[in-house]
Amino acid sequence: MLSADILLVLPLLIPVFSASIAVLFYKSNVAQRWTGVVGAIALCIAGILLFMEVRESGILVTYLGNWPAPFGITLVADHLAATMLVLTGILTLAVAVYSLGAVGEREEHFGYYPLTHVMVMGVCGSFLTGDLFNLFVWFEVMLIASFVLLVLGGRKIQLDGAFKYVLMNVVASTILLAGVSILYGITGSLNMADIAHRIHDIGEPGLVTVIAILFIIAFGMKAALFPLFFWLPASYHVPNIAVSAIFAGLLTKVGAYVMIRVFTLIFTEDIAWTHEIILWLSVLTMFIGVLGAVSQFEWRKILSIHIISQIGYMTLGLALYTPMALAGAVLYVAHNIIIKANLFLAAGIGHHLMGSYELKKLGGLYKYFPIFAAFNLLSAFSLAGVPPLWGFWAKFTVIFSAFQAERWIPAAFAIFVGLLTLYSMMKIWMYAFWKKHPEGDVPEHIQKKKVPLTMMIPVAALTLMTIAIGLFAEPVIEIAMTAAEELLEPERYIHAVLEAAP
Amino acid sequence: MTMLLAVLSPFVLAFLAPALNRVLGDLTPWVLASLPALLFVFFAMMIGPIAEGEIMFATVSWVPSLGVDLAFMVDGLSVTFALLILGIGACVVLYAGGYLHGHPAIGRFFLSLLLFMGAMLGVVLADNLITLFIFWELTSFSSFLLIGFNHESQKSRDAAIQALVITGLGGLAMLGGLILMGRATGTWSISEILAAGDILRDHELYLPIFILVLCGAFTKSAQFPFHFWLPGAMQAPTPVSAYLHSATMVKAGVYLLARLNPALGGTDLWMMTLSIFGGITMLVGSIVSLMKTDMKLVLAGSTIMALGALVMLIGIGTDYALIAMGTFLVAHSLYKGALFMVAGSVDHEAGTREVPILGGLRKLMPITFAAAAIACLSMAGLPPFFGFIGKELIYEAVLGAEWLAALLVVLAVASSVMIFAVGGIVAVRPFFGPEHPDTPKHAHEAPLLMLVGPVLLAALSLVFGLLASPDGANLVDIYLLTPLATAIAGQPMETNLHLWHGFNLPLALTGVTIALGVLTYRTWDRTRAFWQALDPFIFAGCQKWFYEKPLAGLFAFADWLFRNIQSGNLRFYFMAIFGATMLGLAATIGVRMTPADFAFDMPDARFYEWMLCILIVVGALGAAQARNHLTAIITLGIMGYSIALLFVAFGAPDLAMTQFLVETLTVILVALVLIHLPQRVFSPRGISRARDLVLSGLFGAMMTLVMLAALRVDQDLFISEYYAANSVPKAYGTNIVNVILVDFRSVDTFGEIIVLAIAGIGVIAMLKYRARRDEDDDGTPAPPPDGEPATPPPDADADPPEGSAAAETTHPEDPRDPATDAARGEEDQADPSDAPTGEGDDATARVADAKGEDAVAESPDEQDEAEDGATAENTDAEMTADAEDPTGGTADNAPQDEPKATAKAEEAPATDDATGEEEKPS
Repeated sequence: MLSADILLVLPLLIPVFSASIAVLFYKSNVAQRWTGVVGAIALCIAGILLFMEVRESGILVTYLGNWPAPFGITLVADHLAATMLVLTGILTLAVAVYSLGAVGEREEHFGYYPLTHVMVMGVCGSFLTGDLFNLFVWFEVMLIASFVLLVLGGRKIQLDGAFKYVLMNVVASTILLAGVSILYGITGSLNMADIAHRIHDIGEPGLVTVIAILFIIAFGMKAALFPLFFWLPASYHVPNIAVSAIFAGLLTKVGAYVMIRVFTLIFTEDIAWTHEIILWLSVLTMFIGVLGAVSQFEWRKILSIHIISQIGYMTLGLALYTPMALAGAVLYVAHNIIIKANLFLAAGIGHHLMGSYELKKLGGLYKYFPIFAAFNLLSAFSLAGVPPLWGFWAKFTVIFSAFQAERWIPAAFAIFVGLLTLYSMMKIWMYAFWKKHPEGDVPEHIQKKKVPLTMMIPVAALTLMTIAIGLFAEPVIEIAMTAAEELLEPERYIHAVLEAAP
Repeated sequence: MTMLLAVLSPFVLAFLAPALNRVLGDLTPWVLASLPALLFVFFAMMIGPIAEGEIMFATVSWVPSLGVDLAFMVDGLSVTFALLILGIGACVVLYAGGYLHGHPAIGRFFLSLLLFMGAMLGVVLADNLITLFIFWELTSFSSFLLIGFNHESQKSRDAAIQALVITGLGGLAMLGGLILMGRATGTWSISEILAAGDILRDHELYLPIFILVLCGAFTKSAQFPFHFWLPGAMQAPTPVSAYLHSATMVKAGVYLLARLNPALGGTDLWMMTLSIFGGITMLVGSIVSLMKTDMKLVLAGSTIMALGALVMLIGIGTDYALIAMGTFLVAHSLYKGALFMVAGSVDHEAGTREVPILGGLRKLMPITFAAAAIACLSMAGLPPFFGFIGKELIYEAVLGAEWLAALLVVLAVASSVMIFAVGGIVAVRPFFGPEHPDTPKHAHEAPLLMLVGPVLLAALSLVFGLLASPDGANLVDIYLLTPLATAIAGQPMETNLHLWHGFNLPLALTGVTIALGVLTYRTWDRTRAFWQALDPFIFAGCQKWFYEKPLAGLFAFADWLFRNIQSGNLRFYFMAIFGATMLGLAATIGVRMTPADFAFDMPDARFYEWMLCILIVVGALGAAQARNHLTAIITLGIMGYSIALLFVAFGAPDLAMTQFLVETLTVILVALVLIHLPQRVFSPRGISRARDLVLSGLFGAMMTLVMLAALRVDQDLFISEYYAANSVPKAYGTNIVNVILVDFRSVDTFGEIIVLAIAGIGVIAMLKYRARRDEDDDGTPAPPPDGEPATPPPDADADPPEGSAAAETTHPEDPRDPATDAARGEEDQADPSDAPTGEGDDATARVADAKGEDAVAESPDEQDEAEDGATAENTDAEMTADAEDPTGGTADNAPQDEPKATAKAEEAPATDDATGEEEKPS
């Protein structure tokens, strides 16, 4: 078995290594493609090994450069982080395979693969880091890589979307930096465990709460909470669909993840205020996000604006702050990473077949591509929380917790938004799949098209994953519960980081 | 375990069905039907023990973390339902095999149908509230797929989504109720809840639980005012209507009420609500059936009537009422299933279901006619059929109601009269008299597959009636009704059905019913217009006010909201973001901090430090006031240099050096770029400037305040001390800053190096990878711009994002050229009737309500959309400056856009939103 030190750095090393190889072989698209797939497989395995080790021995910590915490930078993996890494690995692999068929040669030539690897590296870094400034650095890595991925292709809508994306995200980073600096100013530390350890002894609860607001704003922007989400609908539908998929799967979830992290670890003193704010922001986010989605008529836009609504459920779970609710939040994040990306991948197949994302120009997919239709339908159902798919358990846990906490209004919204989610998903279904093709029957050359296996297999695999997890939910829910317990006992994290220091 | 297998086997078979169909061909229905038939026997064998008072349980752990088990319970109520589901299910599978014979999608049909069968079985057997909900939802979704089976018809799709929304909303509300129920009782187990006595009735959450559960039951069972989805669902193929929408799924709500009756029932609220809504539904349903002429819709109306009657009976709640409910439930499922299949056969053979153009089928379809006749006699409530007993019992029940007996009697009699007439409409009219000349097809007898079901079910109506005839405890009593009524009541019940009740009031009412029923039937052709006149009140009105209007309102709101908040205006976005930040900070400072928290000492700064601070402020103000980019970048430079000097003053030369370099390079590089761009003068307007100034000033002040409060706290410098102490001995470096960068916190540096590398890749990509015109989003060649050669202008790609480059983006569509199709359809905004396709791109709507100047921002993104097939976000307001620029070429806009574009060009300089920097594409 690999030591914790190695397991924790592998999720950073593998992507950066893959990216380097991809850059070295920038002339050979074939080499880049296979680097992508192999690197993703390696990342997947590394994630699973790490996860198994966490299951076995609890929270893992490594001190980079062997500088003890809080002086150097630590990487930490608890249940939540390890779960996220496994899902990141799975998603990266799915997208890497999908990209074989979906990404054009020119995009490949201009850095699609290295950029993806680096972005994944930023994501993994954000999941693993135990240091707030280091988190900022990983955010920058993600931001620059995602920005370039957005403009890759050079179409005008891409530039427009990327422009807004980067501006608003830079603002978020700046606010985050301000928050981190002020926190550093009063605690003298950047290590999250150390901050959590010190923050209560400073005797400045009011100031800490004010700083917490800066973190809500900064992470809320990354996660796309209301009213900070504008960058998302502006940009997520513009790049290559594989890029959209990986963005949809990972980026906002990183925001939700770090929010869960700091609001269970550091800012736990003034829950009545901070978590109350998060609660109502979540409710608004859920509702307004889904309204945005139902008002769209473009496949990718429905999906991407929908992300916002789903983020609301995750932060709602955080805000309710009970073990069950946090487990729900974890389940929701996990589920969304997979299923949201999968829906984008499916949309890409639809586009591959029909040549459009505009619902009004689509039709007949169900009649001629029933298997693909079934995968898409099941994924959409899962997103909408239809039992007994994975998404149902996530939604149910959150709603159940809201009822348990006697939060009637959030509970009612969570339920109602579920229906609208379903409606928006069925809108895609009815237009793209059920409706007749606008030209009457589907043109014959489209009927004869085959979905490339490289595109179909990832979609099928991820769909089957949600079905399997839905039917055999217990292990996954148990993991989420364990993660939630860990989160609600931050002493374990603090202890693991500070006490075990060399 | 066997029970689990029994419940899950339909699901397994469902997913095998398409493959089986391919292999077995015409044998498929027989093979598929054998499963429900087998399961029927399986459950029928439980009747004996159940009649002796046994209740069977089976539990398999599923998700113990959430307390959700695959727990099943079989008692009198669930076994009755299970047998109906499976028995009628087997008939329907066979029937569908005939009805959809040769249909290309029959495999998928069987898939959905069996899926439904399994789900419905799960609903009635579940002993766990959450498991029940899961199966309940599954019935809604399989129903959705089945109603939309003819998916290419708009009507089918609308009906499918309507049913899904109504039952889905109800189902989700019910989930809330079930969760509350679990919260109140501390268990998900239905049997435990039923055994818990008055806990729920006395609980403070009783009212919300009651309302939420009722939402689920009423929507599912099509109670007034949600009844309208059921006739809509008749878009489904007839086997589906026979199965889901008359015999089984729509009774799920009734099942739920009956199931929970021992725990929730018996309160005044329960009785009043259920009997009133049930009664109204009963009447409304029968009227609906009289106003329709399509056999299926007529039957759908009478199904609503039956569902209303069942709910009403549960509400009345007396022993008689519960027995009546059980009897009528079975009787109705039998005759209605048969009648729907008959309607389907008539449609199948004669080519229409329109009663007025049918006639004389008796001789052509004798067996179908026989089934129809028997089923109808049962429906009309004539002896010796089972329906007669059901109707008599209903009369007795309403006569004995504790509440509103008189009203309920009137409702019941009126409904029965109309249902009597319905019997005539569907079983006499099409079959007697001469053949109608307008019938589309010359009918033949239906094939065997389509005869089994109706004949069997119709026959059972007679058999049950006869079996129930003997006085004293007969077979029907012992094995069916006593266990059923016992389960509904939650306490032992004795039933004693018989055909002949003697001359009593119910019999007299039956006489009245028959007389009036005959009259109603005879005058149906003349009175139909009257019934149809009620449509706006009892049917179309409900649909409008409980479905269409709220939904349309919600979507209009969604549309309006999203168009306004996701307007594409970057300045608005920043205002929202900074506004939210300030609001959050201000509120938090207000409630969580005291003035004492800001009692910092005035810093003991030297004169030149003050000077530098003032310079920084001046630099910032200068940049804000700058009238062009060059000035702005230079004043920003002043600010940066001053900050660097501050670093010098505080003894951080490394930092200062870095800052100097960065500032210098930034100013030089940006200035170099700007020199090559046309210098545009900002055209600020007072109001928007002032607004921006206030906003940014406040934001700065707020951050300063927070900083000052933070500065009061003495920072623990232990980390710096550690670095100082260990830099040389452990890290072997004498420059602490360097050591921090490359050793203590080397991973940060590593990350930043990667950022730089990626930025490099990004620059290359942006410079070299230009979109080719033939690579537009839809992968189809873009049509040539109007009057321009097909090749793009060479500088097309170099446009900054704001450049909407209208000249090459909007092309009048050429409807005859198929190649342009992909791009053409994207130009949705060209068609004002189109619903908005993306955020903020519904220009037409917005222009309408904008006050002139606000409408400015629209055009560029429309053109983007036209070009790219995916709506770009609305470009910023400042981008409208393009309109002024001759090279922007707005004049090439599609004709629809022209007036707008012109107006824009004139207004832009004066508008509020166009006051910002007007960056110009080169």
